[in-house]
Amino acid sequence: MARRIIEGSRAVAEAVALCKPQVVAAYPITPQTHIVHELAQLVADGNLKLEFVNVESEHSAASVVLGASATGVRVFTSSSSQGLVLMAEVLFNIAGMRLPVVLACVNRAVSAPLSIWTDHQDSMVVRDAGILQFYSENAQEAADLTYLAYRVAEDHRVLLPAMVCLDGYVISHAWEVVDMPEADQVDAYLPPFQPRYRLDPTHPVSMGMYAEPDKYLEARYMVQRAMERSIGIIQDASNDFERVFGRPCPGLMEEYRMEDADTVMVAMGSMASTAKMVVDQHRESGEKLGLLKLITYRPFPEKLLYQALEPASRVVVLDKAVSLGAQGPLGTEVRSMFLGQPRPRSVSTFILGLGGRDVTESVIDDALRKARRGQQTGEFLDLRSDLDLEEV
Amino acid sequence: MKEIRIFARAGQGAITSATILASAAFEEGKYAFAFPHFGSERMGAPLNAYVRLDDKPIRSRSQVKEPDYVLVQDPTLLAGYNVAEGLKPGGVVVINSTETPEALGLGLNRGRVVTVPASQIAQELLGRADRSNTPLIGAFAAATGEISLDTLKDAVRRRFPGSAGEKNAQAVEQGYGIAKAKEAV
Repeated sequence: MARRIIEGSRAVAEAVALCKPQVVAAYPITPQTHIVHELAQLVADGNLKLEFVNVESEHSAASVVLGASATGVRVFTSSSSQGLVLMAEVLFNIAGMRLPVVLACVNRAVSAPLSIWTDHQDSMVVRDAGILQFYSENAQEAADLTYLAYRVAEDHRVLLPAMVCLDGYVISHAWEVVDMPEADQVDAYLPPFQPRYRLDPTHPVSMGMYAEPDKYLEARYMVQRAMERSIGIIQDASNDFERVFGRPCPGLMEEYRMEDADTVMVAMGSMASTAKMVVDQHRESGEKLGLLKLITYRPFPEKLLYQALEPASRVVVLDKAVSLGAQGPLGTEVRSMFLGQPRPRSVSTFILGLGGRDVTESVIDDALRKARRGQQTGEFLDLRSDLDLEEV
Repeated sequence: MKEIRIFARAGQGAITSATILASAAFEEGKYAFAFPHFGSERMGAPLNAYVRLDDKPIRSRSQVKEPDYVLVQDPTLLAGYNVAEGLKPGGVVVINSTETPEALGLGLNRGRVVTVPASQIAQELLGRADRSNTPLIGAFAAATGEISLDTLKDAVRRRFPGSAGEKNAQAVEQGYGIAKAKEAV
């Protein structure tokens, strides 16, 4: 293992290279471009052997990796924002065809207004597609979750695509200290891809066929069951990770200072780092505050999440996305877990950091203050007061 | 933890400066975190780059609002920005300028200003005045003592292989030397 200081995108690109995909197809879009740029450079320099397919759009990139994966090889693609939205149609097909494509989503806001900055709206657009989704806190986790994503996606009990999400700029373009493993460690952790079915002219099969109403429902049910099964497989992959690499990769979620906590925040991605700083400050003044960092958002690990949050009397959910006309997606799902439970709890949900608005400790403090005053629902934080926001 | 805020225009190499400083600090056994923040992806548009240095892993990923050190690579930005805003007591502002700190009139009451003619050095050594990033970080090393000259030159050589690395290492050394001489006065 080597400890280095590298850009987040470079860490992900090297992690992908260590997983030895045979086909990479991608189309450039900010802030994802550095990942495929680095991969293309590794290939051009002769340091990585794979077929790098330049395409004319993200729709084509996703289609190329779909086809390549169907022939039974390991593949990779990545995108952001508008590019991911353009991929969406194909991503539903990849999932329904049970192809273990791994992709990175460098999280960026979706237009309009045009923004190149980070929030979780883009990956939320495809949360229902049948893709496993992992949200990383920093470059280390983004790289580590890449190994884990391949392993879980390709497990014959799962066979679903997996997406590693990392916040644009604050992770993708940030240089930080990352432990990169040796190739033989990754080989020990991630066996070669063994497709269960593949396109092979000598043994012809059809994939992604038409399903009459007498079969479609069952096909969706089977994806749903595979999603549920993957929770245990993610846990196993996480345990094995620590055994092989000698450091933890929590996989489903990370509990930070939650022992005896009466208030627990729930957050995903890089804002978990800031939330940890807030927890430390409040703990110093004797407040029983903790953080649950959710890593696996799909499948939603409801039972384990409920168990972890059960002892708390107040839950504060921080969402970096919004289902316009409803609330934050994570907030809605966390709150629903507590409905009908014997002990009532205050579950406040907040929306913050959209389009790259800085998530500072004081913004998170504001959420905690408001939640203490009473249950909040889908409250936007850090809105400017100098603009008339009630105008159409 | 020490926090650095860099003011520059896109294309002047400020993000490179931030990553070189972070790499050099890492080589000296520190944890480092460097990241850019720019308004629009256009050459010449004002941008900030941030660096954090610490002895332990760094969590904070928000923008630097209360820097220990400020680097101003393009002095025209002094007209539009209060570059010393939020500067911590005892902080240092390093500016690429041929003027004296007094002439720039930043009016700091709790920090000091160091000026270095980084564009001139870049023009002489690198043939381009807009490559002022390496002399400026040399001056930073001299004015703050956060990073040793040798480590910084090595980091620059790693970033720019070959003769470009050598010339940039010289630029670092010149910036360092001028700032050191001013410190001694």
